[in-house]
Amino acid sequence: MTSLFEEISDPTPDDVPVNRVAITVNGQKRTADVEPRLLLAHFLRQGLKLTGTHTGCDTTNCGACTVLMDGKPVKSCTVLAVQAEGREVVTVEGMASGSELDSVQEGFKDEHALQCGFCTPGMMLAARALLNENPDPTEDEVRFALSGNLCRCTGYQNIVKAVLWAAAKDRGEDPTQAVEKYTAKQKGANQ
Amino acid sequence: MFPGRFHYASPRALDEAVELLQKAEGEGKVLAGGQSLIPLLKLRFASPSILVDINNLPGLDYIKVESDGAFRIGALARHGEIERSDDIARLQPTAAAAVPVVADPIVRSRGTLVGSVCHADPQGDWAAVMIALDGSVTAYGPEGKRSIMVKDFVTGPFQNVLSYPEIAIEATIPAPKGDVAGGFLKLERRVGDFATAGAAIGLEFNAGRVSRAGIALTGVGGATVNAEAAAEALMNSSLGSDAVMRAADLAAEASSPKSDHRGSADYKRHIVHTFVRRILAGIATDQERAA
Ligand SMILES: Cc1cc2nc3c(=O)[nH]c(=O)nc-3n(C[C@H](O)[C@H](O)[C@H](O)COP(=O)(O)OP(=O)(O)OC[C@H]3O[C@@H](n4cnc5c(N)ncnc54)[C@H](O)[C@@H]3O)c2cc1C
Ligand code: FES
Ligand code: FES
Repeated sequence: MTSLFEEISDPTPDDVPVNRVAITVNGQKRTADVEPRLLLAHFLRQGLKLTGTHTGCDTTNCGACTVLMDGKPVKSCTVLAVQAEGREVVTVEGMASGSELDSVQEGFKDEHALQCGFCTPGMMLAARALLNENPDPTEDEVRFALSGNLCRCTGYQNIVKAVLWAAAKDRGEDPTQAVEKYTAKQKGANQ
Repeated sequence: MFPGRFHYASPRALDEAVELLQKAEGEGKVLAGGQSLIPLLKLRFASPSILVDINNLPGLDYIKVESDGAFRIGALARHGEIERSDDIARLQPTAAAAVPVVADPIVRSRGTLVGSVCHADPQGDWAAVMIALDGSVTAYGPEGKRSIMVKDFVTGPFQNVLSYPEIAIEATIPAPKGDVAGGFLKLERRVGDFATAGAAIGLEFNAGRVSRAGIALTGVGGATVNAEAAAEALMNSSLGSDAVMRAADLAAEASSPKSDHRGSADYKRHIVHTFVRRILAGIATDQERAA
């Protein structure tokens, strides 16, 4: 892979800046020569064909493009691929190990935390980053941590449940009970 | 969307970074968190010849409290690290109140306080906080280091006094001489939005009276507003209702908001008035409780 802008029809000047990057993506080292202006999101999607990372707004607002870089959630539409040089990137494709889903993925499945699924990869990685830092978040902490990720479908309720589900599972507790507790509290609040 | 072409360098030493900028003869740009610059590049509002990425410079990611209580915040301290800092939570109420409402949690894992002050967005939060706290920025260039008060550093919308190829390496909040109090309130339409209007207040008390005061406003002027007269009105007071009202009036007067999709100018001025009163009322209650 030399340039990811080959499809662009503009005549290419002779002095196109190109940098070599080596980025560990989902545990595998990937090397490429890229233009510095290439965004990490495009490196992942077009370069590595890891299309699980979605680009929604392309303006740093929606969080659909969220990936983990050295364990921190970042909006990959607002990081240059060259900035990931030497770093570890985890995308949604790297969440499961083999056929075993990440607990966050399981939670999203169990609690129906997606409809169209567009926001889901970013949501799940933001949730994973939260749980790595805070294994026992309150509902408010979950909502706060996901406040940089927009969902146009679910109304967030089931997403919050899914994350509480995953947190309980990670702690070795009964995830269904944790969600029931949350639902009961919600019902109480609505009466 | 993707940016126009530029060269990229990621130096490992500060002097090298300055040299790279110097070689670019005014056409280079510093890349810190990139949370303002990369969106601008994508919109092609900026077209530098080279980006000098400072993210790999060693030893700039600190948040330090000196023994006298001064804070030193390195150019690579991210908003998120400030948010998680126990020292900030314990000792610096204005910054602690501001940081959770700067952008959103994911932007906060990249963006930096120093970058935000350099960016000098009239709607940015950190310049207001730093002005209210009498903070300064340390710049490093071919002639060495110099320190600039943030109130003199930000000169207009997206303008600062850095003299190319200087790089800002640190922001400092000076050591308090009295008991520290403060707050920050911001009205935003939704999480991650810039301020419709916001107020930052930093105070120090000696024997129950205000011995230092700073008030700065965001979102209500062509640049961050330093409401000096409003702050002055609080000096030597114990935040009685007259002093508070006078400060709120003067802060609203100092603001020069424009009507836009976030609200009318009158509305924003009203918000400034309310926020200044609200922050001061909160501080007064805390003071009474402590006394
Ligand atoms: C969706 C979204 C919402 C946001 N909401 C808010 C908000 O509510 N409040 C708020 O205050 N900000 C907000 N921001 C901006 C955010 O806080 C940025 O992180 C900040 O403005 C710039 O910091 P940075 O480190 O990302 O700088 P960069 O984007 O890397 O740089 C910004 C500018 O400053 C210059 N610069 C940066 N660092 C230095 C340095 N050390 N020396 C010299 N020049 C330097 C760069 O050359 C560039 O011109 C938001 C951003 C986004 C994308
Ligand atoms: S596509 Fe990156 S934040 Fe929306
Ligand atoms: S499931 Fe459709 S955007 Fe979230």
